[in-house]
Order: sequence, then C-alpha cells, then structure tokens
Amino acid sequence: MTPQSHFTVVAPLAAGREGGLRELLDTMNSAPGMADPGNAMLPFGAFERLHFARLVLLGDPTLADVEAYGFRPPQAPLYLAFMGDCDGPARRMLADLSQRAEAGLRQIFAHCEGFDAHGDLLTWMLAHDTPVAANYVNWVGRSVLQIRQESALQRVLSAKVVRRPLASGAEAQAARRGLITFVEAEKQAGRLALAPPERTPSGWRIAKFANLVIVPLAGLIALPVLIVLLPWLVYLLRTRETSDPEICPRPQAEALQALQDLEDRDVSNQYTAIGSLKPGRFRRWLLSLLLVLVDYACRHVFTRGRLARVQTIHFARWVFLDDKRRVMFASNYDGGHQAYMDDFINKVGWGLNLLFSNGLGWPRTRWLILGGARIEQSFKRYQRRHQIPTQVWYKAYPGLALVDLKRNQRIREGLERERMSDAQALAWLRLL
Amino acid sequence: MKAQTPMHEIDRDDIQGLLRSGYGHHTEACFLLLRIKDREAARAWLAAAPVTSAAMVERPVGTDASIQPEPLPETVLQLALSSAGLRALGIADDVIEGFAEEFVSGMDGDANRARRLGDVGASAPERWQWGAGQRVPHVLVLLYALPGHLDPWRRTIEQQCMAGFDTLACLQTADSLDREPFGFRDGISQPKIDWERQRPARDDAQLAYSNLSCLGEFVLGYPNEYGGYTDRPLLDAQRDTQATLPRAEDAPDQADLGRNGSYLVLRQLQQDVRGFWTFLDGAAGGDTDQRERFAAAMVGRTLQGVPLVAATKASDAAASSADLNAFTYQSDPQGLRCPLGAHIRRANPRNADLPAGTRGIISRLIRTLGFDEEALQQDLVASTRFHRLLRRGRKYGAATLAESLAGPPGAPVGLHFICLGANLARQFEFVQDAWLTGTKFDGLTAESDPQLGTRIPAPDGTPTDGYSIPQPDGSDRRITGLPRFVTVLGGGYFFLPGIRALRYLAAAH
Ligand code: HEM
Repeated sequence: MTPQSHFTVVAPLAAGREGGLRELLDTMNSAPGMADPGNAMLPFGAFERLHFARLVLLGDPTLADVEAYGFRPPQAPLYLAFMGDCDGPARRMLADLSQRAEAGLRQIFAHCEGFDAHGDLLTWMLAHDTPVAANYVNWVGRSVLQIRQESALQRVLSAKVVRRPLASGAEAQAARRGLITFVEAEKQAGRLALAPPERTPSGWRIAKFANLVIVPLAGLIALPVLIVLLPWLVYLLRTRETSDPEICPRPQAEALQALQDLEDRDVSNQYTAIGSLKPGRFRRWLLSLLLVLVDYACRHVFTRGRLARVQTIHFARWVFLDDKRRVMFASNYDGGHQAYMDDFINKVGWGLNLLFSNGLGWPRTRWLILGGARIEQSFKRYQRRHQIPTQVWYKAYPGLALVDLKRNQRIREGLERERMSDAQALAWLRLL
Repeated sequence: MKAQTPMHEIDRDDIQGLLRSGYGHHTEACFLLLRIKDREAARAWLAAAPVTSAAMVERPVGTDASIQPEPLPETVLQLALSSAGLRALGIADDVIEGFAEEFVSGMDGDANRARRLGDVGASAPERWQWGAGQRVPHVLVLLYALPGHLDPWRRTIEQQCMAGFDTLACLQTADSLDREPFGFRDGISQPKIDWERQRPARDDAQLAYSNLSCLGEFVLGYPNEYGGYTDRPLLDAQRDTQATLPRAEDAPDQADLGRNGSYLVLRQLQQDVRGFWTFLDGAAGGDTDQRERFAAAMVGRTLQGVPLVAATKASDAAASSADLNAFTYQSDPQGLRCPLGAHIRRANPRNADLPAGTRGIISRLIRTLGFDEEALQQDLVASTRFHRLLRRGRKYGAATLAESLAGPPGAPVGLHFICLGANLARQFEFVQDAWLTGTKFDGLTAESDPQLGTRIPAPDGTPTDGYSIPQPDGSDRRITGLPRFVTVLGGGYFFLPGIRALRYLAAAH
C-alpha cells in the first residue's frame, strides 16, 4: 500500500509583488481557477503521484474582527501557499517538483520575501513546508495510479458486460468468469493495466504505530491533571461561550462572486478558508489539543472513505499560521458548495463546532458541540466570509467523485477475488 | 437566531393565497411579465392591486354541513417582484440587500449559477425568450379564473397596468391541470405545511421522513426546520412610521418586510413531447407496453401516478393523492422497484436525517459517527426535509398528450414551472443542482435527471446521457443516448410579498 502525504509550502510575499504574481498564476489556468494540467509553469499532470494541488494567496479579509475584543488588528503578512497531496513521501514529491518544474517554481517563488534566486530550490521549499496540525485522507493507500487504472477498468467492463437477466447463480458465475478472461486478454494486449499494490513502507508503519500508542499514553498521563482541572476548564469554556461575540455579517457580493466564478467546473470543488483564533491562551490550547485528537482520528479511525458521516471529502487539512494566531483550512470535496455546507451542518455540525468554535466570531455554541454550525444562516455567512479564492487548483482525476473511486475499487477487488458465492457474483455484476 | 415564542396567530389576510392553494378550481390562468415604465403610476397600481389573500380562498374545514362555504372568488390575482423590479421602484439598496443573494443577483445573473442549474447550451440565459438582461420582468402578475372568466379578467388588469407598465410577455397556460405534457399525472406530491405551528421551533434531529414542513420553510418570518429564521430584510422602526409592516418575531423592535412572503421561482420549460415518446419507442423496440414501462421508470410513477416503489399497495389508478404519497424508498435501497435516478426519487428522496437503523442511543451514536458501514451506503443523499419545494406550475400548449403528438412538430408545449420556498439556495437551487442536474446523485454516474438533463458531457468528457434501471438478476439495464427533452426558455426569481409588505413597497421612497 502506498501511503499518502502532503506538503504546505507557505511564504510571505515580497512587497509590491502581489499583482504580478496574480497575473502569473492566472496563466497556469485553462479556466478561472482550474489549472491546465499541461501548463508550462508547472505541468501538474506530469507528476503521476500528485492527487490534488493548489496555489493560493492567503489574503485574510477578516483580520479586523479582533476589534470586537478591543484589540487593534495585527499586521499579518500576505502569504503564498503551495499545497498538495501525493502518494509516497512529500519530500520525494517536492524533490521531483523542484527538479522537473524548476524554472516555473522559481518564477513563482521569486515573488516571495527572501527567495534566493541562486539558492537551492528544494532546500527553500522544505524550509517553508509548514507543519499541518491535522490532516485527512479519504482512503489511505489509494494511489493516483490505482484510481486511474481502476477507472479504465470500470469503463471497459461496464461497456462489455451483457445487460440481460441471468437465470441462475451459475450464469452469474459464468458471466463473471467471462469478464475475468476478457480483462486478462486486455492486459496481455497492453490495453489495460492493474498494477499490484506497492509494499507498505516499514518506516511509515512504525511511525503510525508509534503515534497510535504515544497519543493515548500522553493522554493517560495528562488525565489526572485534566480531571482535577475539569470544573475550572468547563467554567472557562462556558463563560466564554456565553460572551464571545458572533461576527457573521453577510459576505460582500463581489467577494462571493469571486469565489463562485471558480466553482462547479468539475464534479469536485476546492475550499480554502482562513481566520483568527479567539484571543487568549484558553482557545489556543483547546484548539491545539482538539486538532491533535482530530489528526489522531484521521490517522487511525477515519481512513476508509469517510470523515465521521461525510463521504465527500478527498483530502482536508488544518494549518496553524502566525504562531497559532490564525488557522487555515483547505479541502477538496465532491458536489457543489451548498451541498457541502449542508453536509457540514447536518452530518458533522458537532465536529465542526468542536474545532471552528475556537475561531473568532463563530456562531454561538453550547458545550462546544451544540448550536454553532446548526445556526444555519449565521454559519453559512460565516464560512463564506472566511473563504478565500484559490487561484490555481489541480485535480488528477477530473470527472471522478469519491463514489466512483469506491465503486471502481470494489469492482477491481471483485475481479481479483479467487472465489465468490453466486450471490456475491451477482452483486458484483450489479456494480458494473 | 433562535425562535422566540410566544406563538402568534397567522394573519391569513396578509398571506397571498398561492401559499395555501394551487387554485385547482381556477383552471384558467395566465402569467403577465411586466416592466415598469412609469414609476409613480406603477406604485399607484401596486398600492391598490386586487391581490387575493389566503383568507379569501380558504374553505372552512370540518364536517359541519350546515356551514355554507364562502363561494370561491371567480378571479384571482397574485403578485411578485424581482430584484430588478424593486430597484426600478426605487427601493433603497440596503433594503434590497436584505433579501437572499440569489434573489438579488437574479436567475440570469451569473455563469456559476447557470452551470449549477444546468442552464447551458440550448438552455443558456443568452438564448432565453425572457428573463435575461433587459428582458428581466420587474413584476410578475399571476391571474387565475374559474372556467370562462379569464379573458375579461385579464383585460381588466391589463387596462389597469397600462399606465405604469410595459408587458414583456403574457405566458398562456392550458386549461387541464392533472396531466403534464409528457402525459403523466402531476400535482400529486406536495409538502404539508405546518400552518398551525404544531412542530416546536427547535433544532431536533428527525429520525423518520415526514411530509410535514415547518411554516418557516415556505413563509418568511417564521421558524424553519433548523428552528431559526431565514434572513430577510428587517427594517428599523423609523423606516415604517405608519406601522404598515408586521414586526419581526425574532426582533420585535424591527419591521419585517419578509413576513408572510416567500420566494417564487418561475421557469419556462419547453418539453419535446414527440421527442420523448419517439425516443422511448426506439429504446423499447416499438413495444408499447415496454415504452410505457420505460417512461414510468424515468419518472418513478406510472402515467396514472401510481408510485413504482409502492405499486402493489397503491395500484388503484383512482387512488387519492394521499394514498399515492404514503411511501418512502427505505424498502428499496437498490432501486429495484423505483430506479435511484427516477425524477421523483431525485426531487424528493424521502429520507430522514440519519440512515435507518435500530432504535437506541448506541445505534444512533454509531451512525452519527459514521461507523456503520451499511448505513453509510444509504447515506449519500442529503436529508430531505431541508430541500422541499411547494410546486405551483401550470402547463402550456396542447391540453392532452394526444393533441401534442398530433400537432405540428415543434409546437410549443411545456411547463411554466413555479415553486415557492423561503430559501432559494437551500431549496430550489439545491434540488435543481445537486439532485436533478447532478451526475453523482446517490452514487449514480454518467446520468442526470432523465427528463430534465442537459445531456452535455461533463468537462472531462464523461457522458451524462444515460439512464440506469437496476435489475434484481443482473447488471443494470442501461438506456443510453438520451436526447434533451426539456429546454429552458426563460426564468426568474421573484419575491411574493405579504400584502402589507406589498403596500409598503408601493409607498416606500
Ligand atoms: C418539464 C419539466 C418537468 C416535468 C415534465 C416534471 C414532471 C413531474 C411529474 C410527472 C411528477 C410526479 C407527480 C407528483 O409527484 O406530483 C413530478 C414530481 C416532482 N417534480 Fe417534476 N417535472 C418537471 C420539472 C421539475 C423541476 C424543474 C423540479 C425542481 C426543480 C421538479 C420537482 C419535482 C418535485 C419536487 C416533485 C415531487 C416529488 C415527490 O414529492 O415525490 N420537477 N414532476
């Protein structure tokens, strides 16, 4: 199995370079916000291990919201973020990128502060690769290659299968055997390929196991302290929850339009949002702790096609910025924005509250999980207002949604199964 | 914003009758699309326009035969305004911006909306007969009449409007209501609105599908399914010194311009009736029974309206709407009786907030956290209760299927689709986009709504012109190469105001 990893290169822009960079980024697109996979600057399509990638200017329209607490808005730099999700180690991906797209990447990063045109590109990118506080992968181990090959398999089989009622289980078995023979022949002829899974790297396995053990251990050690402090923590939480200001005005019409211009050009969409934490150490620690737990859950529990009840997110990540004063959230999801938000509210409103209620201005929560995102209109205004346009977005398998990936995977598994009962053979045929 | 009791009596004199009734007895109807040419004259007419209220069309309910029902009004007028209309009337920008974004920018307003609604290719707003650019109606006047009364009624109203308005178009409708142009019985399923406000205004999970919707899903100013109030313009009291407007339930010191109003979506959907039946005839190899079975599979009901999923229970073609609606798809998760992609299954999947499972808190927790693999397979579709539409459309062109098949090819036949709702984005746009136009609805692929689909391949080239009919004993039966049966000729978003709000708008400067 090939584990997935991610990179998040974040660097502040040099003064006066924003306009030029925006223009440059636009040249990489074939439609607004949609990367041309073969663009000359950074031909994403040439990198076969790259699932998703984006280049986004992290302008934050909500910096002034801290005024609600009587603080002056901080000076925050305008960052450029280059993010991606890939098969295998991110380091290898970045090395690959810096080798095969060196000129383009240099041209992009030349807009950043302190970029040394003569220095080593890879070293610079690694130095700016920001740690991710929590990361989610829809299906750990499913590689781009696998996705593409299984999609080709599905198309061929679905065109080939004979669509008529089968009189018996034996007929279903025969139909399946026929398709297996057919696929073998196609493979021989070089028209289809189904690469066997790669060996799971032992380093990754060990790291995963260590994480599996260490986090609960640390929790166990901290537990007595937490129990003692609990009443006080609850008091801190509740006093804040009842007094923290809600800041959910309507987003500006032009800002909303700029976001929508980029959306719904594929069956999947991107989402990037940014915002400040509520001031004070309490929220900072609470969010840090919760993100450790979410990351843990994503690593060990939600690794097979779902994040709690949500089955439409390909990849997602939470990243702290500016010494944990701000957070960025980025995701790739299936369907339209409205459907995404409704899923959020109706399926994981509690989970959203857990994390985002530590963000400045979030609709009022009760006991950390109730209310908040369920206050539909405030929530919808809030998330749109914190969303920022993603200038360049790449997806390696346009047209395919997670429901496709999952079904295609089941088709392939069924094809490679030694033996099936009659009922299983029929169920398998019904997938086609 | 959370709901605040006390419960207020609903002012039926303030609500336009269309929210209560589809005017089934008023078989004649036409819809006037007007543009304001003289603001003062337009205001004067709006200030006094004879709008029919819910109270005027209410028949007393109950069994007391001694109470003579009030006779139905012979003629009815309902009135709605677009955001362009509000601007043309001179309503302040900050008031207009209190309405939903979709309403403010308009149906034709943006390429992203067109992509989502499937208004592309032959249905693109640039090609519309009305509803885009300079042809956006300012005011929509819906006229209904008992048989034989429409013509004089229409003349009267046109006479009254002449000074203030230009007529952009007058959309005619056919007199027979029960069958839509493809020949299916229509108007069977509607949400039941909780007019009595019996459902508490609370944010509670609903574990079973119910046809009862909170009042605030369809009427602005009341709590919706989340127990909250949908955004609408709330005005400082000094902007309404005459107290023309009702006060907001959730903000009692503010005047509620939305209260007792709703949004109205109008789309002119041209139907290629001959194309529909010719195609199905070909797919069925000329077998007429098979042709009808295919057609039923695409809608999810037989021509007579019997739902496929419950065909055995409600097989009586004369069954009442209630009988024809007493079903969900829970017993047919694979779509073996009613295909997953059938029009009525897409438009109203009849599911609950959580996929079905055993009772009990543990089971519920497991499903909430997404640990029940089987439940997850049934969890691809959003919870229905947030996405209901109150349909009020009328067909136009030939009155019967036989007539439209016999008529000249290309004769205009179709549906003036109308639906009402308090939240355009979450109701109409969501249903049209995610459920009808979406190619991945409930795990399907390479197909959108069998009747409404644009058939335009996805940007990556994947076709969308298929239709799958799941089979118990083999792979799905697949119809491919569906042509386009429905083309959008025009459309718009309107605000159907409460009558006090209408008078306020007519007077506001
Ligand atoms: C020319 C276009 C259309 C035709 C011919 C058509 C036809 C039908 C028919 C025959 C029914 C079954 C009757 C019933 O359940 O009442 C139905 C139901 C329905 N349609 Fe359409 N329709 C069209 C467009 C639309 C559009 C554009 C929408 C929404 C955006 C829509 C939403 C619905 C809904 C919500 C139902 C009720 C489903 C239920 O509650 O079970 N339809 N339609």
